Amino acid sequence: MSGQPARRVAARVAIALVAALCALAALVAWLNVRDEAAPDAGAAPATPAATLVERGAYLARAGNCMGCHTVAGGARFAGGRAIDTPFGAVVAPNLTPDVATGIGAWSAGDFWRALHNGRSRSGRLLYPAFPYPSFTNVTRADSDALYAYLRSVPAVARPNDANALRFPFDTQVALAVWRALYFRPGAFAPDAAQSAAWNRGKYLVEGLGHCAACHSGRNALGGIARNAEFAGGLMPDASWYAPSLAAPAEAGVQGWPREQVVRLLRDGVAEHAVVSGPMAEVVYASTQYLDRADLDAMAAYLGALPRREPEPEHEDAERTSDGALARGDKLYASYCAACHGDHGQGVAGAYPALAGNRLVALASPNNLVQLIRHGGFAPATAGNPRPYGMPPYGQLLDDDAIAAVSTFVRQSWGNAAGPVTPLQVLQVR
Amino acid sequence: MKPALLRPIAAFALLLASAVAARAAGAALDTMAQRLQACAVCHGKEGRATRDGFFPRIAGKPAGYLYRQLRNFQDGRRRNAAMDLLLQNLSDDYLHEIAGYFASLDLPYPPAAKNGLDAARQQLAQTLVRDGAPGRQIPPCAACHGAALAGRLPAIPGLLTLPAYYLSGQLGAWRTDARHAAAPDCMADIAKRLKPEEISAIAQWLSAQTLPAGTHPEAASTAPLPLRCGSVAP
Repeated sequence: MSGQPARRVAARVAIALVAALCALAALVAWLNVRDEAAPDAGAAPATPAATLVERGAYLARAGNCMGCHTVAGGARFAGGRAIDTPFGAVVAPNLTPDVATGIGAWSAGDFWRALHNGRSRSGRLLYPAFPYPSFTNVTRADSDALYAYLRSVPAVARPNDANALRFPFDTQVALAVWRALYFRPGAFAPDAAQSAAWNRGKYLVEGLGHCAACHSGRNALGGIARNAEFAGGLMPDASWYAPSLAAPAEAGVQGWPREQVVRLLRDGVAEHAVVSGPMAEVVYASTQYLDRADLDAMAAYLGALPRREPEPEHEDAERTSDGALARGDKLYASYCAACHGDHGQGVAGAYPALAGNRLVALASPNNLVQLIRHGGFAPATAGNPRPYGMPPYGQLLDDDAIAAVSTFVRQSWGNAAGPVTPLQVLQVR
Repeated sequence: MKPALLRPIAAFALLLASAVAARAAGAALDTMAQRLQACAVCHGKEGRATRDGFFPRIAGKPAGYLYRQLRNFQDGRRRNAAMDLLLQNLSDDYLHEIAGYFASLDLPYPPAAKNGLDAARQQLAQTLVRDGAPGRQIPPCAACHGAALAGRLPAIPGLLTLPAYYLSGQLGAWRTDARHAAAPDCMADIAKRLKPEEISAIAQWLSAQTLPAGTHPEAASTAPLPLRCGSVAP
């Protein structure tokens, strides 16, 4: 019979396929548990408890843990803020020492495993919205200090909200595959050829600071794409664009005086720059509290990041016709010129210049549209305690008008970025 | 956005454009007015929004009241997308200063307007404002907001000339638990005891009144309020 050999071949193929799948599953499983020791109870700390807690509080600032693990007006570290991602929402859990709903039952070893390996006390894999691909670089000593600090905050009984992820992203299998592809437990290894400041800066930027979590390009699976670390990318909720730290044309600080970088991180404003959007939140909640040495170190490392200029999006920058620019010009004169100046020159210390402004000229129009629509204040910091504000012009201007004025500022006073269409404005949320 | 709101917004646009243009040349930059241009787009020049549109006048309201509202937005007890984002990264010290600045503005109120109420609804509104509805534990507005309804120090707002949209919107938000104040939230209790048609009549009546120039919130009083209000606790 001719069916017999064909069936035999099919059976062999099936066996080979099953074997391959088993091997793949074993590989994924192995990649998920490498460098993972059983959680220990934690050694008796050598540092006095109060010092350890104080150190942990400082490190929690450096990692902006509250940013996600506290909701507006909510109890500190009691969780509840949802991070919107292309795969659904991930909700930050309760980190207070409440035994039933927080991490009161966790040991220092459990906490270290979460930070270092991205695995919960229960053994479940954690979603990388909790930026353990960065936190994996944090030392055990710093992890223990953070743990000691979190033990010291008031316990709050607040049950965790469930994530709202779509299938299959809500499964542990999908997460295991993601981790096999994109996560490797790390350990910070100082580079002896570099200065102590550079090494400290790298530790902060690539560890607790988790700068790469936003400032990197991500692929369709939410992994940091090859060579895309610090190369800029849309925020997970697609609202703002986190500009490249590798490109001085975006947010790179290569060639800046170090003092200006320190000011930007500490005060939220520097001579020719001001933070806005999610970075204003980072300065307000995190970097303004860092000590001078750590700010210097971060500035040293960021200033020395290898340069990578973004690929130009347009072959030759499309220049909008004068007729189309006229509407933007008129809107600019009515709403913007009083503060930003007739020639986009701004006012030092109060209103940023728009001529030569890096944010204005980003290939992604998101940040410009967000600022026009929602306005905002620079963060109130010790160095800039009474910031100036930009009105939320979304109250007055529709998408067409925002597109027109965006295009105008992107193509005036020497700025030569592409136009912004009403559809693009509509898509920025 | 509701079409009914667009006209007043366009009016604000013109107001703002002329306001900032007038200010452009050589005015001192190191002022609170200049720092708070972000507020003028909705609350009007110098925080003096008129009764048209939706946005409340903030000029001359008690600093304690304004500060609490800024904190309410920051902490999610009140929700307004624009306010939430604007206030996100501002310190408590700065919020106090902002509240103090707007409270210090002593600016005339717009003249009285027609309230558009028929005699019966006008009577209903006036009775509730002046006498309340004791049978339903609704105190008169004047019992807390001052005899002239111009507010009372340190933390009770004036009510007159506010937009009717805004007033009914706030009472509605309290009824549906969309707006909160510090507990016990007396205005939530009152709003829930009012009927929708009463809210609409009160809002229209209050909005159409005026106050003589130079009217300020009443001095603080030690007399107990008719209800317990967390929002005025020291």
